[in-house]
Amino acid sequence: MSSAAIDHQIMWNRLIAVVEEQATTLIRTAFSTSVREAGDLSAGLFDRQGRMIAQAVTGTPGHVNAMAESVTHFAAAIGPQNTFEGDVFITNDPWLGTGHLHDITVVTPVFRKGLHIGYFACTAHVVDIGGRGFGPDAGEVYEEGLLIPITKFAERGQVQPFLIEVVRANVRTPDQTVGDMYSLAACNEAGDRRLQAMMDEFGIDDLQALSDFVIETSRAATRAAIAKVPPGEYRNTMQVDGYDAPVHMEVTLTVEGESLTADFEGTSEMSRFGVNCPEVYTRAYACYALKCAIAAEVPNNTGSLEPFRITAPEGCILAARRPAPVSVRHVMGHLVPDVVLGALHKALPGVVPAEGASALWNIQISARASDPSSGLPGAEVLMFNSGGTGARPRHDGLSATAFPSGVSTMSVEATEHVGPITVWRKDLREGSGGAGEMRGGLGQTIEIEARDGYDFFINAMFDRVDNPARGRDGGGAGAAGGVALADGTKLASKGRQFVRNGQRLRLSLPGGGGYGDPKRRDRDAVARDLIAGFITPEQAKQDYGYEG
Amino acid sequence: MGQNDIRVGVDIGGTFTDVALLHPGGLTTGKVLTEYSQPEQAIIDAIVKAAGDAGVGLGEIGQVIHGTTLVTNALIERRGAKTALITTEGFRDVIEMRSENRFEQYDLNLTLPVPLVPREHRFTLSERMAPEGEVLLPLDPGEVEAMVERIRDGGFEAVAIGLIHAYANDAHEVAMGAALRTAMPGLSVSLSSVISPQMRELPRFNTVIANAYVQPRVADYLGRLVARLGDIGVTAPVFMLHSGGGLISVETAAQQPVRLLESGPAGGAIFAADLARAHGLDKVLSFDMGGTTAKICLIEEGAPKTANTFEVARTYRFKKGSGMTVSTPVVEMVEIGAGGGSIASIDSLGRLQVGPRSAGSEPGPASYGRGGEDPTVTDANLLLGRLDPENFAGGSIPLLPDRAEAVAARLELSPHDAAFGITELVDENMANAARVHTVENGRDIEHFTMIAFGGGAPLHACRLCEKLGIRAALVPPGAGVGSAIGFLKAPFSFEASRGLFQRLDAFDAGAVNEALEALEAEARAFVEEGAEGAETAVRLTAQMRYSGQGWEIPVLLERKRFGADDVAMILAAFETAYRTLFGRIIEGLPVEITNWVLSVSTVLPKVKPVAHQSGGSPAPVIRTRRFYDAALRAHVDASEVDRASMTVGMTVEGPAIIVESETSTIVTTAYRAIAQSDGALLLLAKETRE
Repeated sequence: MSSAAIDHQIMWNRLIAVVEEQATTLIRTAFSTSVREAGDLSAGLFDRQGRMIAQAVTGTPGHVNAMAESVTHFAAAIGPQNTFEGDVFITNDPWLGTGHLHDITVVTPVFRKGLHIGYFACTAHVVDIGGRGFGPDAGEVYEEGLLIPITKFAERGQVQPFLIEVVRANVRTPDQTVGDMYSLAACNEAGDRRLQAMMDEFGIDDLQALSDFVIETSRAATRAAIAKVPPGEYRNTMQVDGYDAPVHMEVTLTVEGESLTADFEGTSEMSRFGVNCPEVYTRAYACYALKCAIAAEVPNNTGSLEPFRITAPEGCILAARRPAPVSVRHVMGHLVPDVVLGALHKALPGVVPAEGASALWNIQISARASDPSSGLPGAEVLMFNSGGTGARPRHDGLSATAFPSGVSTMSVEATEHVGPITVWRKDLREGSGGAGEMRGGLGQTIEIEARDGYDFFINAMFDRVDNPARGRDGGGAGAAGGVALADGTKLASKGRQFVRNGQRLRLSLPGGGGYGDPKRRDRDAVARDLIAGFITPEQAKQDYGYEG
Repeated sequence: MGQNDIRVGVDIGGTFTDVALLHPGGLTTGKVLTEYSQPEQAIIDAIVKAAGDAGVGLGEIGQVIHGTTLVTNALIERRGAKTALITTEGFRDVIEMRSENRFEQYDLNLTLPVPLVPREHRFTLSERMAPEGEVLLPLDPGEVEAMVERIRDGGFEAVAIGLIHAYANDAHEVAMGAALRTAMPGLSVSLSSVISPQMRELPRFNTVIANAYVQPRVADYLGRLVARLGDIGVTAPVFMLHSGGGLISVETAAQQPVRLLESGPAGGAIFAADLARAHGLDKVLSFDMGGTTAKICLIEEGAPKTANTFEVARTYRFKKGSGMTVSTPVVEMVEIGAGGGSIASIDSLGRLQVGPRSAGSEPGPASYGRGGEDPTVTDANLLLGRLDPENFAGGSIPLLPDRAEAVAARLELSPHDAAFGITELVDENMANAARVHTVENGRDIEHFTMIAFGGGAPLHACRLCEKLGIRAALVPPGAGVGSAIGFLKAPFSFEASRGLFQRLDAFDAGAVNEALEALEAEARAFVEEGAEGAETAVRLTAQMRYSGQGWEIPVLLERKRFGADDVAMILAAFETAYRTLFGRIIEGLPVEITNWVLSVSTVLPKVKPVAHQSGGSPAPVIRTRRFYDAALRAHVDASEVDRASMTVGMTVEGPAIIVESETSTIVTTAYRAIAQSDGALLLLAKETRE
């Protein structure tokens, strides 16, 4: 290592701090709860060619990797001759951004001494974008809200008033949505200030050499990690619930030396409903899964993402064609890592987890007065909830924990202040973890009832109700999810449904799959699980052969 | 100064127990080794020694002020009581499900912290309050009786009671607690509605559990301490420094030990705050760097910034989210794994990394020659000429440059490049943490003055200032026992809080006034235990947000009886605070208040202002030494000056090294140092910014 390399490393560290500061600014200023509370955002720095140099660790994988691709679309659409100091670009095109209209991506070109040297980019989920609202029921993307093509939010420092007026006129929350657009622009500005200070300190006027160093170092490390995966073709399939018909996912991994390809050929056609994924979102989650298993320690940048080549045939549910509805693309997207990791398991046994609940169970509730003439105001409530993750080769799965998504849940007490509902139960679902030498993570049980004077609608978007998480290497499946009323009446797992006052909605979130033969589970661990109530006495006996 | 003004501060830290004795003759300080099995013994030893040195009789001591990291350690090391949790049916697993996220996104083998109370010790009652405090499901007395038997049969030493929405209505918690206390008078019972009556079940449950878990041990320890002090003739009342930086009685501390979690480190922040007041500095970044960690705290208008939640017992070193969030008033500090002992290594990408692993004091840095085999920050400072091998720690630890060079070779760099890389990276890590912290608070770091203390800080202060664009730093004297000195400067204070959820457009002044009166009476009673009749100040904060947002911001309000016509004033205060933090407001959205926080504290005596010395005659130079100036990327000839020889106003132009027995202050080429009348060194950028 040379001392120039030390300088590059110090600047690399600084760049990561710069993009973290960029992300922090966004978290602190964005309006949307999913950004502030659940970290549904992404922020990064790109060079002049649109290659990502650094990205904030904060953020959820679907954004993280999708945004990496988007800057090249901006560069191509606007062109260097039309890129000026003070410009701010914007889009929420699901196919050019991060997969649905609710995510707005803002890109700000960076200038130094009058020369264009790179871009800052960031993405965040906004509260509302018009259309039908957040839910899977649209038939085309046009119904899902306003689409802003790649355009300039500001030119030479002047915000385009017409764009603001169009957005304001088309969304339910004009102040918040437009406010978030400004937040996104401000966070890029914050990044720019810090970057300029760093360049002053190190006496450089160009990012090229640094960008090459970061990207080459990361690419080499990623390739070296891929080269350790035994060459070959590894195929895996998985069936999940989908909206109205089961979805077949299929992937073939091809490992040849330092290159790895994932191809989703064979996957089901698009759905008529908004569970479709644009390919960019599929790539994001597939790449995330591969990276976790193969090269977790390499920071995210073009160099560490490029060696993973991911394709899906256009028109399948994982590479939806315009104008497919894509609003809740996260459900399929969150399940992508399971099918990819299952294929990788054939190449690298003993590394990846069993399948998990994976898709978040987002509860979107609209509470309405039972008697419309009562004057009681309605309320919208959104909660993020997670089932169990798959067991790992050497550790149990995590109970009620998000994977692959990076979001957090909200406090029940805070939620009950938002809308007239009572959450009677939110606790671990006993016995729901797949049996195994390593046990799958437990799902959870949630019971919700409207307060006096109210009924509610639920926008169901739940998966793994018909297709539970499978175990690995002899491990059992996790418990399937359940959507019902407390009296046992079954509800559909997708779509808008009505829950009357006095009825109690009961959601049983899926458990993660087990890993390895449960009969080989450490007897003390079985005894502890039994005492804690993580497994039932019947399971201890039947699945684990525990006589205690 | 009368007898009652003889006061002693004692800080139990991980390695040393520090003492600071304030007496008519001045300030006497000292250190003894901490004894884990009998921590009170070190206190006795330290006080006896300091009193002897100062010529003060033990019976003359008027006040003992104590702070300790023992409570935190008990949580980290899981040395607490056998504890049960009683909670609402349906919420048994709140503390196990946490926030349902992973604090490390790319680690497939992540493990989550194990809850303090295992599931089989978590029991539920069929009862339920609504958010506004109305009873949705009444508590069944039969169930209460059965629960009492269950706790008795379980052989528990401590019980935490945490019920949903108990901050809004504590009746069920109180009834359950009373039944337990009546049946088992010796049992330790903690109620969430007493310990942390704030909205959000996870931090509130964590807090009441942490309290219950440590309460029996802490109460025992404090009882023994008071008795032992009495045995040796110290009959003075004992007060504890709480995490929020104020004093409470030893009895309150024994009941609410969760308030002591950051007791020791808070002392350091108060020490810096006192210095800030004396020097008339409004915006200060306190920077405390020791052997293993560095701590950063913002001090504005003479008071350390406080928060009402923090994370304790992180299971992945310094990783946000890997610990347990508790809600209790606390001086807000950012702690990072950067100290003299921080170890450098090469990662899988061939990059140099520094920390968070530390060589600690045993075996210590490689250059100690005690078997340390890894290159550390101290080794790097030695190789760059910033430490004198003959004069480290007053000459008690001769440093071996050969060892430092030998271990640097492992990094596949020349010793010099390795040393430069290590110090630059550790300074970067600290600078980045400081920058993020100020951004999160909506502040601009360039306008702050640094106060640098702890053994490592004076070595790194100038370089850190260069990186952060800070123009001035103070290096106080006596920085080695800063926390213990800080204890002596702390006010008596108590912060009480209550969750009371209201939309501002439906502001119920009556309910708020009633709640605030109760909060003030509660806080005042605790303060009067130590400072009856003293002049006090009240600080009122409302936690507010736009409706629909996830988190609140603190809004400082005047303590008064509110009326309906105060809504506009409260809104304006919110908007000002929001704009300061986030740069803008959102017009037209409803605003809500979630929690009220009220603290009563004694008014600190006016500090004697330190006249600002802007420079005078040059200080006597012992010799010329070379060190590596990182900003210039060059070795420079530096003047070595003995700190003790610097009289008020004396100036040393950088590059310079100002030596003292405990540490050295590196003055880089871009700075000069000026001795202040209180013994502090002012480091000032030569180039003044206009």
